[in-house]
Amino acid sequence: MFLRSFPLLCLLAFASFFTACTDDTDTNLNPAPSQPGTLDVEIDHVAGTEPLAFNTTYTTAAGDKFTVSRFKYYLSNFTLGKTDGSSYLVPESYFLVDEADPESKFFTLADIPSGDYTSLSFTIGVDSTRNVSGAQTGALDPINNMFWTWDSGYIFTKLEGTSPQAPNQALVFHIGGFKKPNNTIRSVSPTLRGVTIPIRKDRNPAVHLKADVLRLFTGPNTIRFATTPNVMGGADAVKIADNQRAGFFTVDHVHTN
Amino acid sequence: MWPRLFQLTALALAGNLWLAACGQAETATPVAEVPGVTVPGNFPAPVYAAEANPPTLPAFELGRALFYDPQLSRTKDVSCGSCHQQFAAFAHADHRVSHGVDNRLGTRNAPPLQNLRWRRDLLWDGGAKHLETMPLAPLTNPVEMDETLENVLRTLNADAKYVQQFAQVYGKKPIDSQQFLKALAQFTAALTSSNSRYDHYARGEAGGTLSAAEVRGLTLLRQKCSACHGTDLFTDESYRNNGLAGGFALDSGRAHITRQARDRGRFKVPSLRNVARTAPYMHDGRFETLTQVLAHYDHGVTESATLDPLLRQPDGRLGIPLTSAEQADLLAFLATLTDEQFLHDPRLSEKPR
Repeated sequence: MFLRSFPLLCLLAFASFFTACTDDTDTNLNPAPSQPGTLDVEIDHVAGTEPLAFNTTYTTAAGDKFTVSRFKYYLSNFTLGKTDGSSYLVPESYFLVDEADPESKFFTLADIPSGDYTSLSFTIGVDSTRNVSGAQTGALDPINNMFWTWDSGYIFTKLEGTSPQAPNQALVFHIGGFKKPNNTIRSVSPTLRGVTIPIRKDRNPAVHLKADVLRLFTGPNTIRFATTPNVMGGADAVKIADNQRAGFFTVDHVHTN
Repeated sequence: MWPRLFQLTALALAGNLWLAACGQAETATPVAEVPGVTVPGNFPAPVYAAEANPPTLPAFELGRALFYDPQLSRTKDVSCGSCHQQFAAFAHADHRVSHGVDNRLGTRNAPPLQNLRWRRDLLWDGGAKHLETMPLAPLTNPVEMDETLENVLRTLNADAKYVQQFAQVYGKKPIDSQQFLKALAQFTAALTSSNSRYDHYARGEAGGTLSAAEVRGLTLLRQKCSACHGTDLFTDESYRNNGLAGGFALDSGRAHITRQARDRGRFKVPSLRNVARTAPYMHDGRFETLTQVLAHYDHGVTESATLDPLLRQPDGRLGIPLTSAEQADLLAFLATLTDEQFLHDPRLSEKPR
């Protein structure tokens, strides 16, 4: 009897191992999806009407000329909303997007409960909790050089380059900080232009986002390189973060296939 | 008979796996040999709880090896232990400021490393907000170890013994930054000083006797110092301007982090534990003796916009008036905070790899 039931007992023991952990990580806000689907996110980097390329000269709305040699940023906490007001936060959705790494501009949000979603929101940056949660892996690994060591926390957006208007030609914009009054975490919900995203097991929808580097320097706050060529957190970072919230990201189009 | 025993064993193993996987560390008994696992009876609950990085002997020993390893610096000759010496409660004895790679000097006195589990944030300005990521500051600081995290991992992964030790602890290769930082935190979190004569006194244990002068000193400390140096950790973890002369042009302290004018000249209130062994004192190491420190509070406090209100007397005088008899009693008490067991614990010392 014991011998015969032994495999069953083992199975039960391991089954409890899995269910217990599922209970720990899921919350009522995110009920286990029955037939989950995916959403692809693809991001194009542009400077106004032109595609972004390193070491190419662009002009800001205010007339400053500049080139870009490094451009990377964090996106996190992707949330899909429905017309009834309910929403689904994709767990562990942390992505480091890097102009130098084309693969980083395409990623998939997986295990989304099936349904018709009419909004997409996400955070430019990293939520405050993860800024103070100790050693992280993956996108949040400090090896990615997006972590301040002397004032610990993530650099949310990094743009470096040159400008003839800058006093020493160099541009360094490190946008980060998660504490008042210099909190630069910004959540955005770029309009889907009336398109509904159908999340189904057998479908493959995709959102194409456009990130415009010119919009870092224009919007609620005009950034001039003669006076503001070097930002590492602080009040000027807040100004750029406010510009990011206002128009850095747009949805170019949505594939509902 | 044995098949039944075997079943029970298998079930128990599966159960252990279940517990470990779900992170219910309170049910997993930490290995007794790791120092600093037990929360001392006179301490509050730790900020960095054991469950965050459950202490095990192999991981602790790994952290210990890393702490004393000069390979982590760019020039391969400066380790954490170079500027944090055990006999000085892991401060840097006789160094106003420490010398990093190429003998470069910084602007700040290396603080003692003790009871870090109870710290909300670290460094004189509180810039490091988590024990695990704190070492990234000295590792990458150009005047300290001047190395990149990338190079540190390259060095570790080129060391067969580390690769084997890390794989044993974390079960995967190569060594990544999370493994490295968690291992280091196993050691730094273990640096618990809680067995001074004062501690035995506070907990009513054998050996906990204080002399009349020491008791007078304790009473004085509670009257005049504990608004900042409070609790049995002897710090309230706040940032304050204690009236050091000379302004803050060289080092704005907490304002370096918050960028707020009101934080200019404010520095972390240090613990008084082992204070008799952690000379020199203050964020810049300007005072060589505790006598000088007490003299500063008695008559050396300097006016500035952000001077701590507790250092303004109702009559307009600055500082904390202390008679010479009171200073002698305070010095007597402060010596009871020396924890010889911690300063000489062989488990915390450098050992050949």
